[in-house]
Amino acid sequence: MRLKITHKTTYSYDRAVQYALLQLRLTPRSCRGQTVLDWTSSITGGTVQVSYHDQFRNAVQLVQMDDGAETLEITSQGEIETENLNGVIGPGEGLAPLWLYRAPTPATTVGPMIRKLASGLKKEVEANPLGTVHKLSEAVAEAVTYTKGTTHAATTAEEAAQAGQGVCQDQAQVMIAAARHLGMPARYVSGYLLLDGTIDQEASHGWAEVWIAGLGWVGFDVANAVCPDDRYVRVALGRDYAEAAPVHGLRQGDAQEELCVSLQVQQ
Amino acid sequence: MTDRRFFDEMTLEGGDPRHPYSGYADWFSGEDPKALLKKSAEAEAFFRRIGITFNVYGQKDAQERLIPFDIVPRIIAANEWRQLEKGIEQRVRALNAFLADIYNKQEILKAGRLPEHIIAQNEAFLPQMIGMMPPGGVYTHIVGTDLVRTGENEFYVLEDNARTPSGVSYMLENRETMLHMFPELFTQMKVRPVSSYPAELRRSLSECAPPNFDGVKPRVAVLTPGIHNSAYFEHSFLADQMGAELVEAGDLKVVDGKVQMRTTKGYKPIDVVYRRVDDAYLDPLTFNPESMLGVPGIMDVYRAGNITIANAPGTGIADDKALYSYMPDIVEFYTGEKAILQNVPTWRCSEAESLSYVLDHLSELVVKEVHGSGGYGMLVGPAASKKELATFREKLMAKPANYVAQPTLALSTVPIMTKKGLAPRHVDLRPFVLVSPNRVHITAGGLTRVALKEGSLVVNSSQGGGTKDTWVLGD
Repeated sequence: MRLKITHKTTYSYDRAVQYALLQLRLTPRSCRGQTVLDWTSSITGGTVQVSYHDQFRNAVQLVQMDDGAETLEITSQGEIETENLNGVIGPGEGLAPLWLYRAPTPATTVGPMIRKLASGLKKEVEANPLGTVHKLSEAVAEAVTYTKGTTHAATTAEEAAQAGQGVCQDQAQVMIAAARHLGMPARYVSGYLLLDGTIDQEASHGWAEVWIAGLGWVGFDVANAVCPDDRYVRVALGRDYAEAAPVHGLRQGDAQEELCVSLQVQQ
Repeated sequence: MTDRRFFDEMTLEGGDPRHPYSGYADWFSGEDPKALLKKSAEAEAFFRRIGITFNVYGQKDAQERLIPFDIVPRIIAANEWRQLEKGIEQRVRALNAFLADIYNKQEILKAGRLPEHIIAQNEAFLPQMIGMMPPGGVYTHIVGTDLVRTGENEFYVLEDNARTPSGVSYMLENRETMLHMFPELFTQMKVRPVSSYPAELRRSLSECAPPNFDGVKPRVAVLTPGIHNSAYFEHSFLADQMGAELVEAGDLKVVDGKVQMRTTKGYKPIDVVYRRVDDAYLDPLTFNPESMLGVPGIMDVYRAGNITIANAPGTGIADDKALYSYMPDIVEFYTGEKAILQNVPTWRCSEAESLSYVLDHLSELVVKEVHGSGGYGMLVGPAASKKELATFREKLMAKPANYVAQPTLALSTVPIMTKKGLAPRHVDLRPFVLVSPNRVHITAGGLTRVALKEGSLVVNSSQGGGTKDTWVLGD
């Protein structure tokens, strides 16, 4: 499937920002299941300082807001040819070792809720890991219902599990924490999803990938109860949301920020 | 009197001087002990004037104070030094090869020569460094290899300081003091100079200019946490001596894709930064967001190849206590040679056989916490009471994997000047090593620490340790 994506993020401030640096992880890579045919990003109100690949082979741009700017606009757009792999990405690429994805991060440390969520599946995991992760995905969807506005970017997996609600990011992080608890390496993927019947999307998407012996990395989108197919575009990877976040920044001064995202994904 | 259980570096059993000390002993016998004592007091005053008041090993809570200086030099013969140099160079090359491997392909883990959990469960491993290859594969540019001696040809590496070894300003100031107090000694004996260290540091750092550097002379800066840091004196001293900029985080900013320094004439790029700020505080954008001591974006600029950070972030994984016992294997794995310098035999209490040995010999051993530092949670068997031994035994049995044990080493002695004349005291040695893509440079000298208390094996300045000038003799 050929997907056309236009993703525009606008930060507006009520006064000029003194100093702001942002790491952008907004450039998809060509990998198994997707070929980047064309991709460009443009920035107004800021300047790209450096571009490099991070420890997960994510393409990163470091952007500094221009002196006196009150608005920063980041536009990424391009075309990706995707293929339906039924979620099976396969062996990893890059140098990050598998064991790195076994250990919890602060945002994916299990607490009593996630432990309880995973405990019933412990017996089955060895005999049928794939089936177990599918069950886990269902259990997470049930335990953390999709609800907007109750969580924020820094909500931890356990907090979301305690609250019983959250967005795709929270569901993915709960899934990751629980899978690791069951002894499986797991990671976060940020990316895009073509939703049926609509071009305009509310926000970029996030899901989990779990390492299953014999298959390699397998994607699980808890929010939509599927394994990612050719409607999905993988952009950045990390051990949790924070490491794969499309934008991670630091800002000095006390200007009030307003964020506006416009995203179109179409065939 | 010299205690014969310990190797004395100055005096042989019959009372004759050992060969490296013969010249010094000759000179000493012609001196008036009272005059020397007076000189000793003068040396201290000279030292105070220079104003070294920082703490050598960086204990954060230690008060600023003067570390006592002893006027009797520690002397190492040319042939002894050559052997040490070979061993240190081999070890430091292995450390850098290990770091390059562990942050890239991890062949040593795949080969099963190092257990995965030693790295995977180690906080000193920095995931942000994965896939990062600094210029020439040099991760640890400045190394302080702590050595102890137990016999004529017996040297052991106590620890590899691969993060930010301090104390080099003591090496330089100790020599300065000795040259000032005893100029005649240096005309009589061939003592190799140490004064070129700052120039060598500058050269070595310059040779590590980042991949995208296209100028002629790289701009080098020393990044200090600031005046409140216990080693601030050393930071400013080194910057001054090597003609580099001394900067704090607030002076630096990412401009045009480089880390640049604010000057009266605008921003000037920094190509190589010798940072004395710990990893966690180095970059609030990538590491601890609360850090006020770091430069936001420096890690991005680093990964993009526009600055060299010395020592590289994440080098702590190479000098971790949990890793230490594997060093002989690490040296062999990367150099294909047996380690020239010995490791102190170490029992890993995580292994059942070792644990049972350690429990049986607790009163003879030194037991250390794997992730501890600064001597906390450590048991010195021979010095411990029965009650302390019993308490420690329980701790050890509860969490054996937290501990390693080593024999209590019979550290060599070198005399110090006391009111009653020369008296032997235990010493260790920290040589300073500089690594650039093509060269390992070891200054002929180092920092000798001495336990000033009679019989004490603890050379730490916080526990009554002092320093000595270290002489390496020329051929």
